Amino acid sequence: EFIRKLWEGLLVQSKPPLTSHFPFPAQIPPDLVDKLERLALVDFRTKQGLECLEKAIRFADQLHVVDTTGIEPMDSVLEDRALYLREDTAVDGGCAEELLKLSRKTVEEYFVVPPGNIPLPKKEERSSMLKHSEL
Amino acid sequence: ASQQLVGVVGLEVHAQINSNTKLFSGSPVRFSAPPNSLVSFFDASLPGTLPMLNRRCVEAAVMTGLALNCTINKKSYFDRKHYFYADLPAGYQITQQRKPIAVDGVLTYSYFGEKKRSQMIRKSVQIKQIQLEQDSGKSLHDDDRSQTLIDLNRAVGLMELVMEPEMKSGEEAAAAIRELQLILQALGTCQGNMSGQLRVDANVSVHRPGEPLGIRTEVKNINSIRYLARAIYEIQRQIDAVQSGRAVQNETRAYDSKSVPMREKEGLQDYFMPEPNLPALIVYEDNASLPTGIDPSQAVVVQKIKDRLPELPGVKRDRLVQTYGILPEHSFTLVNEDGLMEYFETLMKTTQREPRKVIGWVTNELLGHLKQRDMSVSQPISPAHLAELLKLQETGRISSSAAKQVFQEMWRSGGKTAWQIVQEQELGLVHDSAQLHSICQKVVDSHPDEVHAVRNGNKKVLNKLIGLVQKETKGRADPVLVKEILQ
Repeated sequence: EFIRKLWEGLLVQSKPPLTSHFPFPAQIPPDLVDKLERLALVDFRTKQGLECLEKAIRFADQLHVVDTTGIEPMDSVLEDRALYLREDTAVDGGCAEELLKLSRKTVEEYFVVPPGNIPLPKKEERSSMLKHSEL
Repeated sequence: ASQQLVGVVGLEVHAQINSNTKLFSGSPVRFSAPPNSLVSFFDASLPGTLPMLNRRCVEAAVMTGLALNCTINKKSYFDRKHYFYADLPAGYQITQQRKPIAVDGVLTYSYFGEKKRSQMIRKSVQIKQIQLEQDSGKSLHDDDRSQTLIDLNRAVGLMELVMEPEMKSGEEAAAAIRELQLILQALGTCQGNMSGQLRVDANVSVHRPGEPLGIRTEVKNINSIRYLARAIYEIQRQIDAVQSGRAVQNETRAYDSKSVPMREKEGLQDYFMPEPNLPALIVYEDNASLPTGIDPSQAVVVQKIKDRLPELPGVKRDRLVQTYGILPEHSFTLVNEDGLMEYFETLMKTTQREPRKVIGWVTNELLGHLKQRDMSVSQPISPAHLAELLKLQETGRISSSAAKQVFQEMWRSGGKTAWQIVQEQELGLVHDSAQLHSICQKVVDSHPDEVHAVRNGNKKVLNKLIGLVQKETKGRADPVLVKEILQ
C-alpha cells in the first residue's frame, strides 16, 4: 500500500517535480562527509563527488512531496509474507574442514585473526591510502 | 543538601536459549564442543546464505516473557546491529531493536535482610524488554603471539533481558539474578550456568534521591552471583569518588583479570538497520486467531505456551509453606539451593516426623555441612539415611545431641547408616534402669552437699545432678528416666 501510494504520488508529479514543495536543500557538513567516507570506505570529498551526493539527496527529496497521511509505513517488502519457522532439529554444521580451508591462517581448529579491533584509518592516513580511488 | 548518596543498578542479561540448534541455522548446539565443529556456511557468514529462524527459540522467548509477566508483542521485528569484530563475521548481529518479542514485565524477588537475617525483604524490578538475538562467536586472545583465535560455535540463540535501573545494592541485584536463574531453569528455556549460559552486565551509578541519575559505569563479565554482589562494590567506589570531589568517568570496567579489547561502536548512521532477510515475526494469541492457510503446527500460539508453563519458584515456595506449614524463609532456602527442595520432599515421604522438626535438619545441619565443604545436595547423605536418623531420635533411641554427633559421623564415614554408627560408637540412649540406678547412686554418693540442697527443696540443684549423670554417660542417659530415679 505504502509503495503503491508512493509510486502513484510520484507519477502524478509534473516532471521535473515542483521543487517548491521540497525541503530546503540538504547541507552536508564536512564531518558528516568524513563519517560517510569512513563507513563506505569510499573517498568522495572532491567537488564532483559532493555534487553527486547532493544530487542523490535532492532526488530522494521528492519523496517528501507524496502525501502518506494515514498510511502505515512499511518495514520490509516482505511484510505480507509469513516468516518461515524452522524445526529445532540439527540438519547442518560439521563444515569445519571446508570452512577452515577458506581461512588464510588457522591454528588447530581455530580461525586466526589479528588481535582486537582494527580501527578504520584516520582522515590523514586515508588521504594517502585512497588517493587512487578518486570518483 | 546533605542527603545520602544511593546506588542505582540496572542489569542487562544475556541468556543462551536451551535448544538443539542455533537461532538462525540448523547447526547443533553443544556446550564445550571442539572449536568450529558446529558451524554451517551461514554461521560463518558465507555470501548467499540466509537466516532461518528456529521456532523453539521463539517459543522459549515467549515462555520466558510470560513467566516474567511481559506483554508479548504479536508482531516483532529483527534488526541488524553493526559492529566490526572478528567473532562476528557478518559485520552485524541480528537482534530486535525496534520492536522486541516481549516488553513491560516484572520480576519479583526476595532476600534476607541485612540487619535481621531471618527477615525476608520482597522487591520487584521492571523488565523493559526481552529480545531475541544471535550470539557472537568466541575470541581467544593470544597476547604472546599477538593474534586472536576465533571459534564460531557459539552463534546460538540469546534472550537479552533488560532490567530498569531500580535496584539499589549488590544484594538486590544478586537476589534478582538468582530468582531469574531459578525461573529460567524451571522453564527449561536456559540452563542458567553463569560461566557462559547466563551473562550479566551491570550499569552502576550513584545519586541523591530525587535528583537525576549520575554518570554510569558498566561492569561487564560478571560470572557468578557472588561476584555480582561484589562487583557492585562499584557503588561504594563511586560514592567515595563523588564525596571526595572527583568525577565519575563514563567507562566500561571489566570484571575480569585479563584485558578485553572493547568493541568499537560506530556512529548512529549505520549502527542499526532493519534486517531485510527476515519478515516480521508474528505470534498468535490462540488457535481461534490463526488466519486461514496458516499451518497450526508452524505457528507460535501464546495460549498453548501459557498452558505449558511449569510451576515457578514463587508458586513452589507458597506450596511448600502451605503443604508443610514451614516458614516462608525456610521455603526460600529450600527453593534457592539446588536440589534441596527435592531432598526435603523425599525426606518428608519417608519420615513420620513433623515437617517443622525436619526442616531444621535440612536447612541447618545438612545445608551447613554442604556449604562448609562446597558440595551439592546429591552427594553425601541420602534422604532415607537421614529419615532413619530422625526416627532413632523420635523413638528415643538417641538423644538430640547424640543425633547431631551421629549426623557428623554419617557425613565422615560416607555410606554408614545411622544405626550402624550408633552401635559402633555406643551413642544409643541408656534405657537400662539397673545400669542407670548404679550411675545415679554413684553421683548421689559423691555429691552429698547437692543432695542435701535438693532435699531442702532447691529444685535447681536437681538439674546439676542430672548434668553430672549425663557427663558420666557421655550424654547417653535417657533424661526422663534419670530424673525419675534421682527424685
